[in-house]
Amino acid sequence: MAVFILKRLFMMAATMVVASALLFALMEFTPGNVASKTLGPYATQEQKDILYEKLQLNDPLLVRYFRWVGVLAGVMQDPLQDPELKLGFEDPRGDQYFGNFGYSAKYKLPVNDVMWRKLGNTLTLAGIAFGIIVPLSLIFGVLSGMREGSLLDRALSYTGITLTSVPEFASAVFLIAIFVLWLGWLPGTANMQFFDQWSWASQMVLPVAVLVLYDFGYVARMVRGSMVEVMTRPYIRTAILKGLPYRTVIMKHALRNALIAPFTVILLQIPFLITGVVVTETVFGYPGFGRMLLESASFGDVTMVEAATLIAVFIAVATQLLGDIGYMYINPRIRFT
Amino acid sequence: MTDQTNDQAPQVDANAPKSAEQPDRVGLAKFLYSMGLLRESPAAMIGVTVITFWVFIAIFADVVTVYEPNANDYAATLKLPFSGGDHWLGTDLLGRDTWSRLAYGARATLIIAPTAMVCAYFLGIVMGMLAGYYGGWVDNLISRVSDIILSFPLIILFIIIISVFGASALNIIIAVTLAASPGIGRIVRGLTLDLRNLEYVSAAQIRGEWGLYIMAIELLPNARGPLIVDACLRMGYTIITIGILGFLGLGLPPPDPDWGGMVKDGAAMVLGGSPEMAIIASIAISSLVIGFNLLADGLREISTRD
Repeated sequence: MAVFILKRLFMMAATMVVASALLFALMEFTPGNVASKTLGPYATQEQKDILYEKLQLNDPLLVRYFRWVGVLAGVMQDPLQDPELKLGFEDPRGDQYFGNFGYSAKYKLPVNDVMWRKLGNTLTLAGIAFGIIVPLSLIFGVLSGMREGSLLDRALSYTGITLTSVPEFASAVFLIAIFVLWLGWLPGTANMQFFDQWSWASQMVLPVAVLVLYDFGYVARMVRGSMVEVMTRPYIRTAILKGLPYRTVIMKHALRNALIAPFTVILLQIPFLITGVVVTETVFGYPGFGRMLLESASFGDVTMVEAATLIAVFIAVATQLLGDIGYMYINPRIRFT
Repeated sequence: MTDQTNDQAPQVDANAPKSAEQPDRVGLAKFLYSMGLLRESPAAMIGVTVITFWVFIAIFADVVTVYEPNANDYAATLKLPFSGGDHWLGTDLLGRDTWSRLAYGARATLIIAPTAMVCAYFLGIVMGMLAGYYGGWVDNLISRVSDIILSFPLIILFIIIISVFGASALNIIIAVTLAASPGIGRIVRGLTLDLRNLEYVSAAQIRGEWGLYIMAIELLPNARGPLIVDACLRMGYTIITIGILGFLGLGLPPPDPDWGGMVKDGAAMVLGGSPEMAIIASIAISSLVIGFNLLADGLREISTRD
């Protein structure tokens, strides 16, 4: 077990290194270099050249990548914070510490000042959505899987297909048209600024609803599939034939076995939610991680994109690891070597 | 050489083992028979109908529309749908006919998505077959690379690829191919592992056939069932993905019509009180995806039956 986890942790670190290196190379192809992006469109060529020289952007890609890793690991100073450059970039944490993601060329702030706040916003949004998706899809999935082919089952099955087929931006458009334009019950933006009558809760309703609608159908169908399979097993037949009440059969025999497979699916929804989050945040103007990533990628803000991707990959890989460990825990038949 | 792998994909292998009760149908007849089974699933028929509708519109886009998709009719901007006049689905802010843009957008979507799928499947099948058939370090290398790509949240991969290399149909296809092929490869690898030890594979090996021949002629046709269902589902997701890219402003460069881009342009006017175009384009994308998902559902039902 310990060996397995260690092995996976090593893989996780390797994945993050490879991912960040690939990304670093990929960002080379964005037009304009770090110097000109940092200084903005009104800088003179001379200023850009000076910064270009100072940042040693002429060095080979690999050297600059390792310099970036060095800054991140806290063994090197962030070159952009050098007071000689007179950029006025100052990180309250100092210019050399572990976890220094550097300075964002787009936001003109330390990445750490921007990213974690946005990530927090996104986690709130995704967390609420997740907290609704899981119980809802478990209940409906189990109910419809219990009696395959029943009216509820078929209704849920087609609702599920329909819901997963409607992209987030489309359901956002539909919901806004209904609840904002037609009924006027909710605000059409969720920019987390409270100048008018719309409270925090009312701003969160539609973004959360969009995420829930898209994911619910999929997870519920997974739970249903697993439940249907379990219900055909001999031990369920035995339990029914020996005269146990149907309730006990479901609660004691079916549920525990039926929830093993969807467990992984549910955890895999976390990285999946990231996609939904990017779209939802863009639609509603929510100040979150996804929109930040989209904006900094189109700006070509290497430091921000690197940092955000590392975090996103970390979340994805960590949930996978967590899923595997949890899977092992709830299903003793599986043994990893 | 490698093209051969792809060409063989849709063909039916006459050597495939048949279960005892199944009538002796081969080739086209068998395909038509299983398509006939689809008729028993009303959902699948709805799916086929919707897909056929959009394919028809896409092919005959220049016949079913009156206006050029990029032509501006400044005398009639922001017309409502069904409000009479020449533009029956209305016009956008620049006076472009919504129906024309929808029809040509269908053409764009139905060219880009299947092309991306074919590329992704080609790459995925090659990767999965090699990994599953040869095992060892080949398997290790391919699986590790796939793991790394799969651990990227896909949308981030798309955003970065498109924003770095620019928005164009080709780049969308490349991004989708790169992002989808590891998942396909994983499925194909699993199927290959299941099939690898069957007698007809050993027979071919003893005959002294090449690895490539065995993979393309013996393994691939027998793995096609689950792959067809997967392809249908994936087609739906790919259309959503293309829509998302368009919506995020990473789709086809303007002014060319693109469903996701239409939702984006329409969404800017939704809060101003005219959600019509965004709703129309959203319905178009959703209906096409529903079509593919219903078809996939029907196909899965058939494949579990026999």
